[in-house]
Amino acid sequence: MQYVNAFIVGGVICALSQILIDKTKLTPARILTAYVVLGVILTAIGLYKPLVDFAGAGATVPLIGFGYTLAEGVKTAVAESGLLGVFTGGVKAAAGGISAAVFFGLLTALLFRPADKS
Amino acid sequence: MDLTPQEYEQMVNEQSKPSPLLRDMVWAFVVGGGICTLGQVILEFWKKTGLNEKDAAAATSITLIGLAALLTGLHVYEKIAKHAGAGTLVPITGFSNSVASPALEFKSEGLILGTAAKMFIIAGPVLVYGIGASIVYGMILVFLGV
Repeated sequence: MQYVNAFIVGGVICALSQILIDKTKLTPARILTAYVVLGVILTAIGLYKPLVDFAGAGATVPLIGFGYTLAEGVKTAVAESGLLGVFTGGVKAAAGGISAAVFFGLLTALLFRPADKS
Repeated sequence: MDLTPQEYEQMVNEQSKPSPLLRDMVWAFVVGGGICTLGQVILEFWKKTGLNEKDAAAATSITLIGLAALLTGLHVYEKIAKHAGAGTLVPITGFSNSVASPALEFKSEGLILGTAAKMFIIAGPVLVYGIGASIVYGMILVFLGV
């Protein structure tokens, strides 16, 4: 059952990350950065694809999945267009997420009020 | 078991109060797992509209990012995040929150150097090292001739 797998795998990834937050001094920026790079590495050595097949969104929604998207994109693009693909594949595959984050971030800033500092 | 009232009380306290780490982990598990399950629901929806696997995954990311930005604007995301910790940080909704939140909070410093510059305070490093790592991976693929 894909929903159960997504819940459990996604939950475990987040629970393990909580150990990093509680037990180390890693800031959110460092954790997220490490996760994206980790996602690229795990995908490169072939370990992440099986998890995506098993857990679906449970593996792609955590930020490690963003690294997976980048790496898969590069791999496909290199197969199609060689050296050029090295530079185009990653961002092309992740374009939706990057553009959405930028656009909705800007929209949020324009439409809403900052939190009360009181 | 012979226990003094004090010992008994201590034992009860230890059993009833989970360690902060364990409590945090349960929160992270439930909320993080919940967000991923919601992601799966959205993914199935986009697949039903006829998108292929890759496009449906991209549409799912965009949907979750939009939702998280909205909840950030309504100051709901930070309330959930207070308890959920990694459960709201690690999913892609946390990435969206890390963009929308400084974009909104630094509006007072202007739309260029406030909103637009500060929105990359966390997303910037993520993109720099994520894209960097993917290019290194691509270079390796090219040189190995895979």
